[in-house]
Amino acid sequence: MTNWPLILSISKTHLLTKIKQTVIASLGVTFGIGSYITLVCFMTGLNGMLDDLILNQTPHIHIYNEIEPSEQQPADVFDAFKNSFNVIHSIKPKLSQKKIHNARPLVKYLNEDPRVLGAIPQVKTQIFYIAGSIEIGGNLTGIHPLDEARLFRMSDYIVDGSAEALHQTDNGIILGIGIAKKMSLKIGDRVQVSPINGGIFSLKIVGFYQSGIADVDAIQSFTTIKTVQRILGQTNSYITDINVKLHDIEEAIPLARKIEQQFNLKAIDVKTANAQFETGTTIRNLITYAVSITLLIVAGFGIYNILNMLIYEKMNDIAILKATGFSGKDVQLIFMSQAMIIGFIGGILGLLIGYGLASLIDTIPFETEALPTITTYPINMNPLFFLIGFSFAMLSTFLAGYLPSKKSKKIDPVQIIRRQ
Amino acid sequence: MSPVLEAKHIHKYFKKPILFHVLKDINFKVDKGEFVSIMGKSGCGKSTLLYVLSTMDTDYEGDLFLNNNRLTNQSRDQLSYIRNKHIGFVFQFHYLLSDFTVLENVMLPAKKLAEKSYQEIEHDAMEKLKMLNIDHLAKKRAFRISGGEKQRVAIARALINNPTLIMGDEPTGNLDSHNSKNVFDIFKRLSEEIGLSLLVVTHDEDFARQTNRIMTMEDGKIIS
Repeated sequence: MTNWPLILSISKTHLLTKIKQTVIASLGVTFGIGSYITLVCFMTGLNGMLDDLILNQTPHIHIYNEIEPSEQQPADVFDAFKNSFNVIHSIKPKLSQKKIHNARPLVKYLNEDPRVLGAIPQVKTQIFYIAGSIEIGGNLTGIHPLDEARLFRMSDYIVDGSAEALHQTDNGIILGIGIAKKMSLKIGDRVQVSPINGGIFSLKIVGFYQSGIADVDAIQSFTTIKTVQRILGQTNSYITDINVKLHDIEEAIPLARKIEQQFNLKAIDVKTANAQFETGTTIRNLITYAVSITLLIVAGFGIYNILNMLIYEKMNDIAILKATGFSGKDVQLIFMSQAMIIGFIGGILGLLIGYGLASLIDTIPFETEALPTITTYPINMNPLFFLIGFSFAMLSTFLAGYLPSKKSKKIDPVQIIRRQ
Repeated sequence: MSPVLEAKHIHKYFKKPILFHVLKDINFKVDKGEFVSIMGKSGCGKSTLLYVLSTMDTDYEGDLFLNNNRLTNQSRDQLSYIRNKHIGFVFQFHYLLSDFTVLENVMLPAKKLAEKSYQEIEHDAMEKLKMLNIDHLAKKRAFRISGGEKQRVAIARALINNPTLIMGDEPTGNLDSHNSKNVFDIFKRLSEEIGLSLLVVTHDEDFARQTNRIMTMEDGKIIS
């Protein structure tokens, strides 16, 4: 049987008469939680942006035919040399075709796999961009524009024009922004390209592509698969690459292994392709957590300190409350409730301040070549962070209030009354 | 007449800094309406006895009865309740909650007891304050009033739950003679008019002489 209204009214009086102290204690929580929210929103926002920078454009599994030397050279299989130590100089790569054998059925097979979000074929080739007598080397990739936009957010990197325009335009091309600058081209112009095996094709520019990596933008252009196949003089079964996006990125490694074994192709998973990037993400997350935990712990100690002082100041009150019939538990609840009220108010204010600061950061202009679609600093306003922040405010004030209030429960009123 | 408070063979030891036998076989009764004072030199154990009797100090041997209920070995929460309902305290230092108003100070024990509505408690508290002629201070903060006034507020607080027994630890020890007399007169009136039992530890011989009975203590024993 606890008389909550009475206990809360006593806490309220204590808190209101020492309003300055209460405000300072609450501000301790507020700043702790506020900076936690701000920091975590900002840092995870940046992390997310950096992740997207790589992951959006990168297929989870990239399947292609690698030009490489045979693993087993003839000398290795010849019985006469079986027991000898063979040294072979100047090994040449094995002559194999660039195209993936039976690519269409393979794409169909992959798309039916429940783990696969989408598998789309590409045709990659080297070409020359021709500007008068000057030939500039480059890459032309044939794509399904709409699928690319859907799965790999290609539209984010098309600064002018659109993937739809490429889809609708016969003999269209989305030109790397670097080449466009070099050749002073604009949308609607035509650019002449020449594949390595000769011939000149005129393509209409429907957009510009900016990946953020200047070296790529200076060579890379996109057109439809059909157009590339026509330029190369190949049939519509000519596919050089298959890009796979999965539902769960963790499946990339096992699936890539399986494809390599099953189809005798090279399949690179995103983790292998971007190992150093993985490490970077992990470390950045680690830093975020370390800093947030530090902030929250510092806030917790502030509350502990202030409540401890409060209880020392209120020794006489504790003694008199106990002498007039309040139980130790009542007294403990009085101080616990003060701590929780401070935590609650401080926590809520902290969330508001955190939200305000994060929103402010969200409006600060941030322009980078690397990410043409981003104009302000990225903020990841995840409700989970607010939940964690608030829970921690309550938890830390609970712990910070628990120890001092436990002490107040144990205080012997006789000792205090007689000490005078 | 049945005794309000009865102590049987009370022994108490202080264990620190060395073992010390502070109360030795204390036996006595306080009857209803009786005004008893305990006198004795400093260190004779009279305050210690009072705190044992008050139920705040539970570390003793022997038996203690309030209205024929045995208090010894009851749980702390139970004792808190008994203290709240049946015993009123007045200390030498007034021990009001300084953050609260006079009225709130008086009302707190009754709110804790929670047997009456807020309005009833407020009404009772004002009655007690009026009885002690301090009702004009009701809305003042406790730390803004004088020592004599504080002591009367403390008495009002002790009375709020209509206890059977009031205990005082040198309630006039810190007051001048005028205020001492005032407090004494209030006690006397309570004992005669309401039939309240009072047990007061004091150094003040004038004060003690006017009570119904004086218990004198020496070296942890009651000698008269």
